[in-house]
Parts: sequence; structure tokens; C-alpha cells
Amino acid sequence: MIRLEYVYILAGLLFGVTAVLEFRDHANPKRLRKTVFWGIYSITFLFGSVLPPLMTGCLVILMVLVTGWKDLGYSKVETAAEPQRRQSAARLKDKLFIPALCIPFVTFLGTLVLPKIVIAGHPLTTDKNATLVGLGLSAVVAFIVALWLFRQKFASGLHEGRRLLTAVGTVTVLPQLLAALGALFAAAGVGQVVSGLVTDFIPADAKFLVVAAFAVGMALFTMIMGNAFAAFPVMVAGVGLPLIVHRLGGDPAVMAAIGMLSGYCGTLMTPMAANFNIVPAALLELPDQNGVVKVQIPTGLILLAVNILLMYFLVFRF
Amino acid sequence: MHLLTLIGVLIVIIGFALRVNALLVVTVAGIATGFAGGLNVIAIISEFGRAFTENRYMGLVWLTLPVIGLLERGGLKERAQELVARVRSATTGRILLLYLAIRQLTATIGLSALGGQAQMVRPLIAPMAEAASEARFGELPDQTRFSIRAHAAAVDNIGVFFGEDIFLAMGSVLLIKGVLDENGIHLTPLHIALWAIPTAISVFIIHAVRLMLLDRRLRRELKVASTPPLPHESGGEGKGEGAPKE
Repeated sequence: MIRLEYVYILAGLLFGVTAVLEFRDHANPKRLRKTVFWGIYSITFLFGSVLPPLMTGCLVILMVLVTGWKDLGYSKVETAAEPQRRQSAARLKDKLFIPALCIPFVTFLGTLVLPKIVIAGHPLTTDKNATLVGLGLSAVVAFIVALWLFRQKFASGLHEGRRLLTAVGTVTVLPQLLAALGALFAAAGVGQVVSGLVTDFIPADAKFLVVAAFAVGMALFTMIMGNAFAAFPVMVAGVGLPLIVHRLGGDPAVMAAIGMLSGYCGTLMTPMAANFNIVPAALLELPDQNGVVKVQIPTGLILLAVNILLMYFLVFRF
Repeated sequence: MHLLTLIGVLIVIIGFALRVNALLVVTVAGIATGFAGGLNVIAIISEFGRAFTENRYMGLVWLTLPVIGLLERGGLKERAQELVARVRSATTGRILLLYLAIRQLTATIGLSALGGQAQMVRPLIAPMAEAASEARFGELPDQTRFSIRAHAAAVDNIGVFFGEDIFLAMGSVLLIKGVLDENGIHLTPLHIALWAIPTAISVFIIHAVRLMLLDRRLRRELKVASTPPLPHESGGEGKGEGAPKE
């Protein structure tokens, strides 16, 4: 059975190699701090399942502290220059697309096929983990195919991995940190406070205002939490069900579906949803961390208005 | 419950606005929220560690970076640019619109793994979108380049967000069903997914219009800035070329 744990270990090894390469690069500014950062990140992946949470928590806080007040900056890593890349592109032509397409297709196949393969009474992986295991598998398959097709050395593959990881930089851990922040928000009861604030403002009988407050509340709450799934249960229990469904007689399916999608409008407009909004800005080397959010805001706002109208016209009709 | 628990939200807003290192801001916000909620230090750090470990799956996307690095070294971007430059009708907006349609439709039938920021946008979609404008207008100013890249990332997000909600086995549909079940309302996933369709269609139309406007903006800004390298190109599309007059 391919356990998800093996995929985490693989990722841990990649971060560990990055730590070693950072350490050995003597020209690298902030070399030691970068080594500690990637080293700890690697440990949380390699041993996360066996370390006590308190220990992991301390390590994570140490990892954050070494990044300092203004981040670590990226490391300069040599890669092929543009003329070389043009030459290589002319030689390899469309073969270049094979490893690139391996990633989505092997992930997809893995998702479908892995849980169906049963060896000695155990499926290769569970349905729940199939996509993630598929992603890990696709990375390995595509890596091997790329090394073979492009006649590259294993070490240059690791070098390229370090180049891109350090280009993304400390943002790599931001999604996980924000998830941890969300967990503390939940433990401290932030959800109840926010939903209390929203319900205090709603005039309970004006249909349009209730619908608008629910949709805008979902979006705002999602922007704060960075995640529509965290906002949804609280807003539905606080506003959606008691006011829209029970008091005003609205349809629960419309309320819930469009309510969730109003939350997604919020996801488009917040840096808190780091894996969707901040990580791509880093991946695409945008100078403005909020570059992607800014592009998404107009669509998010217009769609939120459309959602309010859709819900108003549909929820009381079915 | 009191307003003090919102201190973390305030710290995040101020910290992000002042562009302090995001990791530091989020960590301080978490610790402050924990204290405001009445937790002790041990409980706060433990919760931090537990949630960080539980969400390790978010870091697995980085496993694709070595391959993507190899692809870039092999000249994937350059190859994608060559191919795009050959397609006369390709514009930045049209390429992104095509990707939006594919991304949203494949997500609708549960194939949200066929895409993603690291897997598709960085190695393929963003370079192609940039190349389409480069082929028409020559070397792009940095500001334009960054704007096109940001649009490429946005299309991937919008496509998957508002596509996968129609797929029955998706987390969001199951979460909605679970929350309603807990409150004594029992619906089938199909019933919930059905009501995601009007929003899905709306967002496609809204964003398609924005992408067409992006094309128009690029044409306006870049025609002025540089002389077009392909003079025979004008009039080739029938529509749109009269736009600068408006």
C-alpha cells in the first residue's frame, strides 16, 4: 500500500536536499538562516507524524523566527541561459511537452486507478488520499521521464528543484501556517464572534437585505478566514437556516449552494487564501505579492452582486 | 465571547498592509488570538503544530518543482512561445479564455487535477499568454508582462473554483450536504450541485468579457508603445481592429 506518509517523506527529502544545497553555497546571502529554514521544514515533513504537536509547534515558530522581519530573499542559482534554452528547444521540439503533460495525466490516472488496484487484499491507496498520492507519483514519473528524454543528470534535477523552491521562497510554508491560524481562530471562537456581528446588523424581515447580508457575510468571513469551508457552517447556522429558510421560507438547496459560491467570491479577493493567491504570485515571480488578488477583485465583486440577485430571485421560488 | 478574539484579524490586516514578512504576521496573529481566546501557551503552540502537520498536504505541490525546473532548462517556455507565435489568431485574451473554458469544464466532471498553478500555469499557460502578445507587439514592458501573468493565475483559480462545485463528489458539495444534514435538512448531492450552475455560467461570462477587455487594453497600450512587427496582421480578425477609435 502506498501510504500518504511516503509522499510526505519524499517532499521532506526534497526540502532536506534544498537545505544542504543552500548550506554548501558559500556565496549565498543569509546562508545559515536559509539552511535552518529548509532544514526545519524538511523535519516537519519527514517526522511530522511521530513528533508531538508541541515539539512541531516549537520548530515551526523557530522556522518563522529565522525568516526575520523582511523575509529571506531568494538565492541565486545558475540555470541554462536563454540562447542555450532556445537551442535546446529547437533540438527537443514537442518532446518537451511530454513530461509537462505527465504531471496532470499521471495524477488523474492515479486518482482513478490506484484505489482500484488490490494487492494481497489491500488497495494500493485509499480513495481519500488518491489525488495526493497521484500527485506525488506524477512528480516522480515526470521527473524520470524528463531526465531520460532531456539527457540530464539527477543532480541537475535537484538543482532545478532548489532554484524554483528558493524562488518561491518562504511563501512555500504560508498556506500551512494560515491553516494553523485558522485552527487557532476556530479554537478561540472567532467564528461565533463574526457571525454574531453579522446577525446583529440584519433587519430580519426585509428579504432582499437578508439575502444580501448572508452573501456578503459569507464573502467577508471567507476573506478573514481565507477559506469558505470555515465560514460556511457558521454562516448557515447563524443566518442561512434561521432567517432565510425557516423564517422567510427560502429553499435550503439554493441558499446553501449559492451561499458557498458567494464565499468563493471572497476567496478570490483575499491574501489569506495563500495557496491560491500568494503562492502563484511567487511562482510567477511577480514583484507585487497581491498581483493575482488585484486581478481577481473585479470578477469577485461583480460575481458577488450576481449571486445576490440569483439567490434573491431563486431562493423564494422553489 | 468578546471582540478581543478578533485581535488576530486586526494583526493580519495591519501586518499585510505594512508588508511585514507574512510568516511572522500570521504566527503572531495566531498566538495573540489563542491568548485572547483564553488558551495557555502550551495549548497554543500544540494547536499550531498539530494544524501545521495536518495540513502538510498543501506542501506536496512543491514536489513538481524539480521537473518544472528541468522543463524550463530544456526550453519549454521557448517552445511554447514558438508554437503560439505561429497561430495567427492567438491573442493573450483568447488563450486565457480557452484555458478558462477547459479548466472549468474539466473541473465540472471531477478532473480538477488537470491544472494548477505549479503544474500548468507557470510552465505552459503564462508563457503562452505572454508569447501571444509578444508575437503581435514585440518585446513587452515588465508591467504588462506581470499583468498578463497575474491574469493567467486568476483564470486557473476562477475555472477550478466555479467548476468543481458542480461535481457531485467534490468536497464543497459534500460539506454542504453534511452541514444541512446536521441541521435536519436532507438533500441529495445532485440537488445541491444543480444550484451551482447559474453562478458557474455567470462567472464564465463575466470573466470572458474581462479577458476580451484585456485584449483591447493590450492592443491600445502596446500599439502606441511600439510599431507592430507584423504589418499584414491588421484586419485579419474581422472584428476588433476598429476598436482604437472608440
